[in-house]
Amino acid sequence: MTTVTYKEAIRLAIADSLEADDSVFMLGEDIGAAGGVFKTTEGLMERFGETRVLDTPISEQAIIGTAIGAAVRGLRPIAELMFADFAAVCFDQIANQLAKYRYMTGGQVTVPVTVRLANGAGAGFGSQHSQTVENWFINVPGLKIAVPGSPEDAYGLLRAAVEDDDPVLYFEHKAMLNLKGELRDTAGPFELGRAAVVREGSDATVVATQLVRVRAEEAAQALGQEGISVELIDPRTLVPLDLETIRASVERTGRLVVAQESPAAGSWGATVVARLMTESFDAFDAPPVLVSGDDTPVPYAGVMEGAWIPSVERIGSAVRQLG
Amino acid sequence: MATAEDQGAHTREMTVEQLLDFLGRMIEIRLFEDEIQLLFNQNLVRGSTHLCSGQEAVAVGACSALRKSDAMLCTYRGHGAVLAMGAPLDRTFGEILGKPQGLCAGKGGSMHLTDVSVGAYGSFAIVGAHLPIATGFGFAAKYTEADDVCLAFFGDGTVNIGAFHEAMNLAAVWKLPVIFLCENNLHGEYSPVARTTPVEELVVRAGSYAMPGVRIDGNDVREVFRVVGEAAERARGGGGPTLIEAMTYRHKGHSRTDPGTYRPQQEVEEWLARDPIPALERALEDRGVPAERVEEVRRVATAKVEEHRDRALNWPDPDPTARFDHVYA
Repeated sequence: MTTVTYKEAIRLAIADSLEADDSVFMLGEDIGAAGGVFKTTEGLMERFGETRVLDTPISEQAIIGTAIGAAVRGLRPIAELMFADFAAVCFDQIANQLAKYRYMTGGQVTVPVTVRLANGAGAGFGSQHSQTVENWFINVPGLKIAVPGSPEDAYGLLRAAVEDDDPVLYFEHKAMLNLKGELRDTAGPFELGRAAVVREGSDATVVATQLVRVRAEEAAQALGQEGISVELIDPRTLVPLDLETIRASVERTGRLVVAQESPAAGSWGATVVARLMTESFDAFDAPPVLVSGDDTPVPYAGVMEGAWIPSVERIGSAVRQLG
Repeated sequence: MATAEDQGAHTREMTVEQLLDFLGRMIEIRLFEDEIQLLFNQNLVRGSTHLCSGQEAVAVGACSALRKSDAMLCTYRGHGAVLAMGAPLDRTFGEILGKPQGLCAGKGGSMHLTDVSVGAYGSFAIVGAHLPIATGFGFAAKYTEADDVCLAFFGDGTVNIGAFHEAMNLAAVWKLPVIFLCENNLHGEYSPVARTTPVEELVVRAGSYAMPGVRIDGNDVREVFRVVGEAAERARGGGGPTLIEAMTYRHKGHSRTDPGTYRPQQEVEEWLARDPIPALERALEDRGVPAERVEEVRRVATAKVEEHRDRALNWPDPDPTARFDHVYA
């Protein structure tokens, strides 16, 4: 068991993937010589060489397209988008090419591309560098979506993404890079599509990912002291979504809070609420609550951004109001 | 179907047999598309079709300059390129008719014809989107030290979309074995090139990427074969990508029922007179080939296309539940 940061876990997963399989390579902007703008990939070019860790021009369409072509020819690329918001610049490559290449060809190709995207608010980057954009893609069949919420998950999900034969969008949260956690020395890839029960409880089910999961853990701690027992579930992947683990929990607790960083409209959280309400209505003792970021772009100023991201207090009071 | 397995084939004068082979394949593509138009008119083809009639020499000449292990990517006007790689006619008809025996099991249709078994790695229907993917094919060849090349067809309209720039730039800076083949048919959909593009010769764009650029007569199958062969040889030798601008003409409109009336009558007539199929027939005549041999090629192609069409028409429709297949590996 070693204590690592979220960022170190990502770096270790990349290094172990590169070590394990010669067909794995990395490409992205300033990931090599500079080690990445968040220093996530520091030292990898020195260790694995310029042929396997490649600095690209500022060309997101070329980054994703090159990864797609290389993957179809048998390689396993890890492409980095410096900020998840830049997925908008190459949306066609992700939504129309990466996601549909296999389907439109009747299964003639496999496209094992991993795209790493730096996600999320909290660091004062303003509206174009702070979004959690996984919801842009949950409506695009053909992609898998990983949203690690701890160093252990960051490692296991990234290893799994690289080994998976389908395209995986792997979101790493910028405000969690220095978060510490335990990593087993025997850690390996996780199965994609299995939620983690982060904390067991009996009074209410809280479902959260990434930064909001961290806040939900804190909220659950506080609620525990008030005598409210919270079961906290992190889906870890949004596609495939392990709805059954969440459903089983709600069937025991009768109460559900889904907490997410992004705005509510068309979101994974809204999908979880809608599906459980339509499919498992009888399980509920109280109406479910969706805690979300506001329906505005992410603001810059600290007090505004702070108010925008769902806080420990908001998650806590959502649980309390369920009675 | 590739005929360039032996190194340097493109540098030698082509044999009569080679030229007759080219002619047969060009005629097959022409007749195939005539049939597709008829099937479309009978409501047996869904969505849209984008015919390449008039551009067959580019497809056949370029694809014939590849080896079996090379890759070809093309556009939604890709019937000719995919057939030129050697995709079977019946399964190509079948795909456009939406049959389970179609190349893509009925998932793709006219705009997404793909037959990986012959190196036809996809027809892409978002303008320019396949160019960065072609760069990836080139990257894979370089990474694995295979001497394969990737040939990417695209139209004149593509030179104004961002993906073109990103792909050309990256392929050039990494010296990747990619052949960017622009089929300049003088019209980007309905708009003449001059209305959308400030340069008349699109090949000058190669200069921005410090890569070789060649402008050729795309209606001369021999010239296309030779120049693509040169580009492939350069790419295999580590010389990086080439931009080729093949001048050609669409005999039909942009898509399905478009009569193409926005094109000046004189322009249409001039280009119909330069039809690549009669041009090749004249070249064969000049080589002393008797007219009967050319007629025989046409007769065989006609019978083959009709036979394959009928076979595809007789295939059943897919089971609707097949739509759930092939989303994930």
